[in-house]
Amino acid sequence: MMTNDLILRVVTKWLSPIIILFALYVQFHGDYSPGGGFQAGVIFSTAILLYALTYGLDAALKVIPETALRVAASFGVLLYGGVGVVSMLLGGNFLNYSVLADTPLAGQHIGIIVIELGVGITVAAVMILLFFTFSRRVDPE
Amino acid sequence: MNEQLTILLVVVPLMIAPITALFKSHTISWILTAIVSFTSLILSFIILFDVIDGSHVIYELGGWRPPWGIEYKIDSLNAFIALIVSAIACLSTIFAWQSVPKEINENNYGLFYAALQLCLLGLLGIALTGDIFNLFVFLEISSLSSYALISMGRSRKALTAAFSYLILGTIGATFFLIGVGFLYAASGSLNIADIATRFSTFADMQLVMTGFIFILLGLGLKAAIFPMHSWLPNAYGHAPSVVSIFLSATATKVSIYVLIRVLFDLYPVAYWQALLLPQILLVLGCVGVIYGSFRAWQQVELKRLLAFSSVAQIGYIIIGISLLNNDGITASVMHLFNHALIKATLFMGAGIILYRTNTTKLSELRGFGGSMPWTFAAIVLAGLSLIGVPGTVGFVTKWYLLSGAIAQGKWIVVVAILAGSVLAIAYVWKIVEAMYFNSKRKMVIQNVKSGDINLAKAPISLSLALWIGAAGCLYFGLYTELPYQSAQSIATALLSSEVAQ
Repeated sequence: MMTNDLILRVVTKWLSPIIILFALYVQFHGDYSPGGGFQAGVIFSTAILLYALTYGLDAALKVIPETALRVAASFGVLLYGGVGVVSMLLGGNFLNYSVLADTPLAGQHIGIIVIELGVGITVAAVMILLFFTFSRRVDPE
Repeated sequence: MNEQLTILLVVVPLMIAPITALFKSHTISWILTAIVSFTSLILSFIILFDVIDGSHVIYELGGWRPPWGIEYKIDSLNAFIALIVSAIACLSTIFAWQSVPKEINENNYGLFYAALQLCLLGLLGIALTGDIFNLFVFLEISSLSSYALISMGRSRKALTAAFSYLILGTIGATFFLIGVGFLYAASGSLNIADIATRFSTFADMQLVMTGFIFILLGLGLKAAIFPMHSWLPNAYGHAPSVVSIFLSATATKVSIYVLIRVLFDLYPVAYWQALLLPQILLVLGCVGVIYGSFRAWQQVELKRLLAFSSVAQIGYIIIGISLLNNDGITASVMHLFNHALIKATLFMGAGIILYRTNTTKLSELRGFGGSMPWTFAAIVLAGLSLIGVPGTVGFVTKWYLLSGAIAQGKWIVVVAILAGSVLAIAYVWKIVEAMYFNSKRKMVIQNVKSGDINLAKAPISLSLALWIGAAGCLYFGLYTELPYQSAQSIATALLSSEVAQ
């Protein structure tokens, strides 16, 4: 463990929220500009990765416990599929967003944002889970 | 029929698999899996009876019109493959009830069943979709989950087997994707029907042929066609029993289905006839039959023996495709069904043996037939189907294959089929000899805890699944209406689509 790491710790504390903010920007601006759920999920996970690299795995696990990650990974897929099922229940085909709101345009907006949110949640959770799994493997216990 | 039912085949596992992954309890995960597989079976039956007369069901995903959107276009071939996959999934699920707690680490029950459902989802998706890129995505879903499933086998060799399957499977998928990319560059479309109707406008481009060869090689690897089969014996030999049953009966079959689609619906038949492909496939099929049967005969371990026998059986299917006549294609399509049934039954038998004795080495099982007569009776029954004894499903396929070959005067095929059958007798006899004839050496059974009653009695769910399979081998050998009518309707559709062009 490094002892002389004051700068690293302070920079990480300042940087993590900014990374998360940027991830949310990429997430929710994805339907207008380059970006979307996948990219946002990966950016979000780097914030947690940076935190884990600086403060150690245990501290990172306190921030986001592994159970929460597993639930989040499943929840993202369910959110995606759920939009499809809801559009089926509203009388459209699977993943037909147009039926989600009064006008097709508004429906398409709602659909793509919710779906990208599902993708983002799953990608972020799986990326962090992968990192935790591999970093634990190296630890000699 | 309400066409929303078709998409449910994919949506039900998609929604239930992530829920299953959250549970640790075996009972809950098993019940969820059973719901998924039996729902799929019912839906496939409804769809098959709807399209068996040669009609289509069309479903546009997201309401986008093809060729821009993804379209599911279901004819009798699609529905037939979906039925095979979901029927085998049901058998595997019944088998899993008592087999999984013994073979899988108890922390992984939920993840194991979730991966199994995702694999089912991928295979069903391949069977339904009419969009070639969507097909690649489903191919990857089923492959990725099958790598995970194989690696959960209980011996450490399962890890290396899963890894080498991962490498070869990824190469196969990459080749397929490169081919699809080239075809997209040439045609500007990913919809199979759209590419086929506009094929003559870009047929001269070199890209189209390069893409075709890439697609062919990729699918050959995935389907374990003879020179590209090296991943198969290890992967199926070391996987957990349930996974061996499910994958051996479905994964390669679905890849062969994709091959049939590409050869007959994507590219015109005349195009690849000019490349001498029928001749190449014919030779590969014949060599595969003899080589696979010979290697099966050499094996000393039951699951590997069955895996090599799969290589030979894939050879029969390839021969049928390469004959390019009605009988040949009928035989191929029927053999997709028949072989799935036979191999699932045999792997279930091997699974029961593994469950009770902790070994599948033939030398350690000598004289064990007397202790579990019913299980071995089922294995022998399925073994006879593999040889092609009249009255079993194997005979029906070989009959049509032979009549197709003789009609074309392809005597080399007749020789290969006869040689393959003789070798099949040899390797099935090897199992029978090991099981029913006592040896001087006493049977050795290891890793059995004291008071363990597994050895004494075959568990009820395992025997039930096994005997459903064995009864199927007999039933569909005597009453061939369902597979034969479907296969006939498929063969007519495939050959007529080519005449129309």
